[in-house]
Amino acid sequence: MARITAGIGSSHVPAIGAALDGGRTAHPDWAPIFAGYEWSRRFVAEQKPDVIILVYNDHASAFSLDIVPTFAIGCADSFAPADEGWGPRRVPLVQGHSKLAWHIATSVVLDEFDLTIMNEMNVDHGLTVPMSLMLGQPAEWPVKVIPLAVNVIQYPTPTANRCFRLGEAIARAVKAFPEDLNVQVWGTGGMSHQLSGERAGLINREWDTKFLDQLTSDPDALRTMSHEEYVREAGSEGMELIMWLTMRGALGPKIRELHRFYHVPASNTAVGNVVFTPV
Amino acid sequence: MYLAVAVCNEYTVPMDNTAFQDIPGTYVFTGERAIEGRHLNRFCMSLMSAANRARFKAEERAYLDEWQMTESQKQAVLNRDFKALLEQGGNIFFVLKIAAVDGRPTQSVAASFAGQSTEEYAAMMRSGGRNPRGLRSISGRF
Repeated sequence: MARITAGIGSSHVPAIGAALDGGRTAHPDWAPIFAGYEWSRRFVAEQKPDVIILVYNDHASAFSLDIVPTFAIGCADSFAPADEGWGPRRVPLVQGHSKLAWHIATSVVLDEFDLTIMNEMNVDHGLTVPMSLMLGQPAEWPVKVIPLAVNVIQYPTPTANRCFRLGEAIARAVKAFPEDLNVQVWGTGGMSHQLSGERAGLINREWDTKFLDQLTSDPDALRTMSHEEYVREAGSEGMELIMWLTMRGALGPKIRELHRFYHVPASNTAVGNVVFTPV
Repeated sequence: MYLAVAVCNEYTVPMDNTAFQDIPGTYVFTGERAIEGRHLNRFCMSLMSAANRARFKAEERAYLDEWQMTESQKQAVLNRDFKALLEQGGNIFFVLKIAAVDGRPTQSVAASFAGQSTEEYAAMMRSGGRNPRGLRSISGRF
């Protein structure tokens, strides 16, 4: 039986990927980030998950505005790093898990969550930066990944509640998969940030902290929160945090927080990293 | 002129775009903006191809004239006026492709929206970012 053993929340700042790829991890702007992720990196290495269901968003890389799927699941065998305008990141090809991905797609669509099925998809920093932060820089990725892309850049985005319930449906699907697999669910993006408008550079440490607290203590408050509140408090791109709710929904009613890291780096985005286990 | 009707789902999320209008200095990329920026964003997406980037760099005006954009949108591209681009339907992740062509960091574009130099903006971020106090609501509801 496949089982979900942990959930991880992580930001996906592109500048962190650039710092990593450019060998600038010791630079004072970035060193605290890599130190802050050390605990999670060790945790993932020890846990040795077989598959990560990685909830993330595409940034005009795989999807133009011509086709905008609300939720899209990667069912391919592999996913190539996308060229985001300065050449693809030099990271290994992301290996998928077609059988589990198709099982999840079948199960959740029949469970009334209408996913778009992707048999060919490039993946951008939204997916590969959290992988680099928590899996390091190996020649081959040590784990298979099922990308689950959520539209957060063209309004209307799904509600936080819909994201949460999709997580619950994914948990039902994983539980029914006959192979013995150790599965983690990662929710990525956020935390507070805004790239445009006069509020560009907005960071809301107080709100981010409460969000991290409530993932454990009161997830209902987060999943019933309006888009307006996400944008008002966490910035226009802080809307990405709804993707953490899919991870939270997949973990079941009670969870324990094993680790938390929060840091405001010198780019545009508050970086958060949190590790949960279902209890 | 909204694209959805103003009713509510079982929770508290209003089913239209009106709620965002009270948030100052913030663009949410709605259907209305997508309509206005359709050709502008398509032009931006075309810059994903190295061949198109080279053609754009060689003769910006001629390349822009291949797209059904308004003159004002074309001028905003030529002037690298990112605020004007977003006001005319540009999506931030698409217009950033113009900055990528120029080798200009995202941080420098973000700084330009608030009229800050990149150095001022970077210093603000190092000291914890822009505090939302006083920047939540035009009406003063929050």
